[in-house]
Amino acid sequence: MLLEMRGITKRFHGVAALKDVNLAVRAGEIHAVVGENGAGKSTLMKVLSGVYPHGEYEGEIHFAGVERRFGGIHDSEKAGIIIIHQELALVPLLSIAENIFLGNEPARLGVIDWFAAYAQTQALLLKVGLRESPGTLITDIGVGKQQLVEIAKALSKKVKLLILDEPTASLNETDSDALLALLLDLKSHGIACILISHKLNEIAKVADSITVIRDGSTVRSFDCRAGPVSEDQVIQAMVGREMADRYPRRTPDIGDTVFEIDDWRVHHPEHADRVVIKGVSLKARRGEIVGIAGLMGAGRTELAMSVFGRSYGRRISGRVRLHGRETDVSTIEKAVKAGLAYVTEDRKGYGLILAEDIQRNITLAHLEGVSNAAVIDDGREFAVATEYRQKLRIRCASVFQPVMNLSGGNQQKVVLAKWLFADPEVLILDEPTRGIDVGAKFEIYSLMADLAAAGKCVVMISSEMPELLGMCDRIYVMNEGRFVAEFTGEEASQEKIMRSIVRTGTTLSDQRLQ
Amino acid sequence: MTESTGSFLKHNLREYGMLISLVAIMAFFQFMTDGTLLQPLNLTNLVLQNSYIVIMALGMLLVIVAGHIDLSVGSVVGFIGALAAVLMVQFEWHFVPATLVCLLAGAAIGAAQGWFVAFFRIPSFIVTLAGMLVFKGLSLALLQGQSVGPFPTTFQLLSSGFIPDALGGESLRTTSLLVGIAGAFALIVTKLRERANQARHGMESEPTPFFIGKNLIFVALIVAFSWKLASYKGLPNVLIIMTLLMLLYDFVTTRTTIGRRIYALGGNEKAARLSGVKTQWLSFYTFVNMGVLAAIAGLVFAARLNTATPKAGLGFELDVIAACFIGGASASGGVGKVLGAVIGAFVMGVMNNGMSILGIGIDYQQVIKGLVLLAAVFVDVYNKGKN
Repeated sequence: MLLEMRGITKRFHGVAALKDVNLAVRAGEIHAVVGENGAGKSTLMKVLSGVYPHGEYEGEIHFAGVERRFGGIHDSEKAGIIIIHQELALVPLLSIAENIFLGNEPARLGVIDWFAAYAQTQALLLKVGLRESPGTLITDIGVGKQQLVEIAKALSKKVKLLILDEPTASLNETDSDALLALLLDLKSHGIACILISHKLNEIAKVADSITVIRDGSTVRSFDCRAGPVSEDQVIQAMVGREMADRYPRRTPDIGDTVFEIDDWRVHHPEHADRVVIKGVSLKARRGEIVGIAGLMGAGRTELAMSVFGRSYGRRISGRVRLHGRETDVSTIEKAVKAGLAYVTEDRKGYGLILAEDIQRNITLAHLEGVSNAAVIDDGREFAVATEYRQKLRIRCASVFQPVMNLSGGNQQKVVLAKWLFADPEVLILDEPTRGIDVGAKFEIYSLMADLAAAGKCVVMISSEMPELLGMCDRIYVMNEGRFVAEFTGEEASQEKIMRSIVRTGTTLSDQRLQ
Repeated sequence: MTESTGSFLKHNLREYGMLISLVAIMAFFQFMTDGTLLQPLNLTNLVLQNSYIVIMALGMLLVIVAGHIDLSVGSVVGFIGALAAVLMVQFEWHFVPATLVCLLAGAAIGAAQGWFVAFFRIPSFIVTLAGMLVFKGLSLALLQGQSVGPFPTTFQLLSSGFIPDALGGESLRTTSLLVGIAGAFALIVTKLRERANQARHGMESEPTPFFIGKNLIFVALIVAFSWKLASYKGLPNVLIIMTLLMLLYDFVTTRTTIGRRIYALGGNEKAARLSGVKTQWLSFYTFVNMGVLAAIAGLVFAARLNTATPKAGLGFELDVIAACFIGGASASGGVGKVLGAVIGAFVMGVMNNGMSILGIGIDYQQVIKGLVLLAAVFVDVYNKGKN
């Protein structure tokens, strides 16, 4: 065994993110780690690479025959464990050689020996099969090549175990195949690899073993060399969790179509030639809760934000209709006036003015509702804030409490209150229950049910499949900028959704509708 | 539901901390200068000397709350003074059209700088640093390196005039005193109405003893202040302008939707934008507003000196920015109060004035002012860290 992690438990504020996790990687194998978003894969890798130093977790890490107690990334890198994150850690305006030797420059008395650096870079680039000059700037090469630079950088540090977090998420098929081939090549040179990926077809191509993590625990390990492992087995292990009565009961009363998006296309705001949303069409009816399932990076947030006043992306095309009439939602103001609301997934970054109090956050999107001729009526504002505080059961000392002192669940309620006060017809909720506790989740589900019952359209984006299945009347599945499947609430299941995601890219499955 | 006076005081000490510091500083210098500081003549000077800093602090506060900075205001003061001098002295314009042109010029300057900051996202530090150089150079060019003056007497009244004393009075300007008393009365009426409105909506309000005590102190201060001034030449015109502007900006920042949105913009631009706030235009407006206020300050300053010199306004931006930070504004935006900035300006002003009376050289005056600025912000940050 090259690596053994035994009984790893990691808690955040008393809540266990990892519970007694075991992971064993043999020397020179490619070991896939799979699991849903939030299952604990990244946390486990952070424990392994020393981001969470020894003492912050329970359990033991044995690497190359010795028990290791890493105090930071530096220690784990010295031991030969190198992690390449999904978000690449390269400096765009430095050259390939400068990036590879950043912090590790061949130098004498602090003076860098650029001849040595370039010569070594050339050798490394040859190994990873990248035909670029060491002097090329990172910003001038594509993501696929940048990935190779990261691997070359790892090789320069004498890597024994390479960890790749979703390496092919932003690569096209050719680049992905090249990368996988490189991993096999490294393996033949005795370098082991942990591959975190959602793409089961890729895993099937290269992995020697698979470990499945669910809800912070290892649920199954497969040895692919002992015999073929079917995708279904893996999917079942990934999602097979019990469904308790965690959702409010509701009897949907669904009316006419209210909200439609037609052939929506969006380009990346910085890389204008990259298409992020590739022709999406969506319908939502009165009183309906519509879900959008998908993995991180599928383009769900980008879709929602680009529709909501073009707050994301460039070169946006497509039509938005409300009650069958084409509606201009090209600025946030117009979108709000038309009756749209978007509740962000990033409540601290995009949802709240953290230093301001609850009252001011609640009224921000609809100040007209508490003012006469641009003069705010303090009393009316207080009354409104108090009303929503009670309605949504925001737990706080008073509405004058700064929102930064509230818990995640209560902060989420403040963001919701802000948009409810703006009285929209269509609410797009982006990960509305992310990072909040079970009790608050139920309250937010109940609120969604009430909104639907009151005749609003609710569109819910979520990475948690159980909540989509528990709440939605209809679910779209999004992957790589497209809707790849659509299910009614009854026919949808975690397996079906997962299958339609992991199988896109190879064959279009028969579940694809429209 | 009202808190006890004691615990309320503790919670709100920070709110009044700056005001208490100002009173303490004044008491200190009053004692050290054997009572010279609060003599009617010196009090009048104190107002006249600091009026232009206070006026610009009102605009700078909005700029800082919105998350920007404006380094060009000192140069704009000089430039507008030069423009006014050229129009009124060399071209012999009447002061009304000349003033209007100057205010428009200020707005245009603010708009030009705001345009780059708001719509092209060039950091305000850089844009206004460029503006600082440009307008310093332009005022030199306008004046051709010379001092231009004197201004027509009607224009001088802006800074050297006092409100007319219709009722007469040899040793006491009765009208001025009455204006002060009327102001104090208006304060009581507004505060009582505010309190009644709060009570009607079930809002928690200040404990009654605190409310009465605080407002009695304010009333006493206003009356005492106007009585002092009335026993010299009365209320200066510029004090009236300054007070009106102060009340206007306090109202805009605390009571109107646009004020609220500026705070939201500075607190979290992305969240404000996603809530439908037109963040770019709002940033732009704060600069236009700053330009106009810098123009007013430029006119006041030129009228006070009664001449336009190429060096006018030199370093004013530092005093104005310092006033905002001493008054509790946050360099990262979203936090700050108009009245805080005014108090901050007077803290600087009283220290300048007091130290000059004491005969402390300009060298150590600067050292002390710098340390006070640092100390004020340090205490503020330290208190926030504790919570």
